[in-house]
Amino acid sequence: MSQIKLIEFIEKLATVFDETNPATIDADTKFKELDEWDSMKALSLIAMADDEFNLKVRGDDIRNSVTVRDLFEKINR
Amino acid sequence: MAAFKIEHIKISGIAACIPETIQSNIDNPVFLPNSAEDFINTTGVLERRVADCDVCTSDMCYAAAEKLLDELKWDRSEVDVIMFVSQTPDYILPVTSAILQDRLHFSNECLAIDMPLGCSGYVYGIANISSIMSAGKLRKGILCVGDTPSKTVSLKDKSTQPLFGDAGTVTAFEYSETASPMLFHLGTDGSGYKTIIIPHGGYRNPVNENSFGTRKIAEGIERNSCQLALDGMDVFSFGISQAPKTVNALLQHFGLNKEDTDFFVFHQANMMMNKMIAKKLNLPAEKVPHSLKRFGNTSSASIPLTIISELRENCTSHEKIKWIFCGFGVGLSWGTVYVETAGLVCPEIIEI
Repeated sequence: MSQIKLIEFIEKLATVFDETNPATIDADTKFKELDEWDSMKALSLIAMADDEFNLKVRGDDIRNSVTVRDLFEKINR
Repeated sequence: MAAFKIEHIKISGIAACIPETIQSNIDNPVFLPNSAEDFINTTGVLERRVADCDVCTSDMCYAAAEKLLDELKWDRSEVDVIMFVSQTPDYILPVTSAILQDRLHFSNECLAIDMPLGCSGYVYGIANISSIMSAGKLRKGILCVGDTPSKTVSLKDKSTQPLFGDAGTVTAFEYSETASPMLFHLGTDGSGYKTIIIPHGGYRNPVNENSFGTRKIAEGIERNSCQLALDGMDVFSFGISQAPKTVNALLQHFGLNKEDTDFFVFHQANMMMNKMIAKKLNLPAEKVPHSLKRFGNTSSASIPLTIISELRENCTSHEKIKWIFCGFGVGLSWGTVYVETAGLVCPEIIEI
């Protein structure tokens, strides 16, 4: 499996948060503290990772991540 | 690999029974303010049916079986096997299938067995009943499949209470030398056993005074240890990955063609998951029926309930229909079956 670049991941993750200005989302963004974050958004995030990158995101990956970079490092195995 | 073929068994009819009581999600008090709409849009569940206190899964299966046996005009003494697939049996013991054998006036020469499975239960049920009937040349068999998940969830749990609905179904099988083979692919991943679980009440964690203390898991999610715990993210992650894999495994193993298959009926987990699964398999919408909107996730009953609620007229016509059923979930467990039917006896949905 090819390594996905962090910047690609951030770009696609920003599309999940459709009510948030994508320019404000970067590697250090605490994604679970965004206004739009809820359990439905978590599912959209899992769907995005699967659809765009063929990467599996588990509940613990999301629960144990604070920043976008944390999540990226956990799932980009 | 649990991929196998069963010959000489055909499906003769299917019936479904649901409770009369409807619970809507629009004004469901379990939701945080302004969250109901989001939930309904994501899961597709507008409303569910909820059984009364004195109605068990077996009662719904009983009502469906009475109607189906009546319309099939079967001699009940010829029913050689009854199987009951459910995670909400009448009692911890004895098996509910024995109670149903008696209620339905089947002979004492009838085999009765329970199978405690959920989402994958319908496919596992078909695999088991058809295997035993084929091996033993048993004439007639009744597969009862259903659940009352509403009795297992916490009313203060927004991840489960608004998702699940109750239903009981019955599928009738007959031995027939000319039946087309049923083709199966079944699998398990027990490492995910905690993903969907009722932690207390078995023998690992017997019920004690702490079992009934309600704990706050997260905002809007409160439950005790005798209530259903569902890890929504893990279930979703599992479903969108495993369901397409098992369908593809079946197609590949048996050299089947998606284009030749008329309908794909998936366990009704939630709309977002189900749509993703259909998209990954490249299935056109008209081949993939859903029943989430009016019934929610009805556990093991979801596949037969969807068939009856959405495709009853197709089933009863004499044209041959080629189906793939795919169930996936609690266990974690999954099963896919390819089956052909024609001229099924399918009463209208029964309400009790």
